[in-house]
Amino acid sequence: MRVSVEINGRPYERDVEPRTLLSDFVRHDCGLTGTHVGCEHGVCGACTVQLDGVPVRSCLLLAVQADGRSVRTVEGLEWGPLQEAFHAHHGLQCGFCTPGILITVDALRGQALDDAQIRDALAGNLCRCTGYVQIVEAVKEALNA
Amino acid sequence: MKPARFEYAAPESLDEALGLLDEGSKALAGGQSLVPLLNFRLARPERLVDLNRIPGCDHVREEGGSLRIGMLARQVQLTELEAWPLLRDAVDHVGHPQTRNRGTVCGSAAHADPAAELPAALLALAARFHVRSASGTRVVAAEDFFVGYLTTVLEPDELLVEIEVPPHPPQWRFVEYARTHGDWAMVGAAVAGDRTALFATGDRPRLTRDLAVVDDPWKRAFLEEALA
Repeated sequence: MRVSVEINGRPYERDVEPRTLLSDFVRHDCGLTGTHVGCEHGVCGACTVQLDGVPVRSCLLLAVQADGRSVRTVEGLEWGPLQEAFHAHHGLQCGFCTPGILITVDALRGQALDDAQIRDALAGNLCRCTGYVQIVEAVKEALNA
Repeated sequence: MKPARFEYAAPESLDEALGLLDEGSKALAGGQSLVPLLNFRLARPERLVDLNRIPGCDHVREEGGSLRIGMLARQVQLTELEAWPLLRDAVDHVGHPQTRNRGTVCGSAAHADPAAELPAALLALAARFHVRSASGTRVVAAEDFFVGYLTTVLEPDELLVEIEVPPHPPQWRFVEYARTHGDWAMVGAAVAGDRTALFATGDRPRLTRDLAVVDDPWKRAFLEEALA
């Protein structure tokens, strides 16, 4: 099926099978490999993208469902206080989970969240390296910047 | 893994969707339960009927004192629901922000996972399930809707189009034990007035205040303490 998806402001038109997951479409068909694929059943959050501005699991969406819609991946985020805060607070080690976390937190900009709310907002993004403390610190600083 | 091959249809009206539903097809709403099953190839439908292009059915609104939840209303739409606090408390335990943005309330009910929060909350609140097929409409009481593990009374050609929730009683509670927040419940209960629905204690949510029906002594002890 022919699908046309705007990713990070740029149109991508491709032929895909209906069973192609949006995560694979973004990575394999469009070459945007910043979006990572971890568990492929919606648990780990590494594949999180924004669909029309809303964070969703790209492994639980079909590419055909994104036809005519707007997707944002980690490549579409401008470098700024969020990335600086992750750098300053060592909010990543291996970095596998980081794209999903940045995309999730980007959608929270402008909200004042306490530690518990930040942890709740990040509950859908698994990180096997950091223990989360530095991530929470980074997000707290970024949201208050 | 990746899904097995299927045909894909994205109808733009409810009537068109109902005409496409049969033994070999599955309706796709939020996909937060169905797509994992497809990815694991535990479900291999011949055809997916994607409901997401059907306009006018993503409402969560009050109508004559009752709450009406349309088939495409996302779980996140329950999070600020002041007048139905049991649903608000229950949805807080459902998955994660990213899955609640996409997953639907009706889809959760139709999927009927025995460990799911929303079916139990809807059962405690005596919700009514509005079901449609190409040949007609019927309304099913919550007590009759869930019939077993991942099984409801829905026929293959039927669609749960709306859930109607009667006015909320003044007393309610929602308790759950899960290993980590957002994970499947190991045990829990939704209480609305004098109706208590237990979940993750059998093959479906159960409307009972008699905790003796819970076989697992650890689950029984948790509920006895949490509901005391």
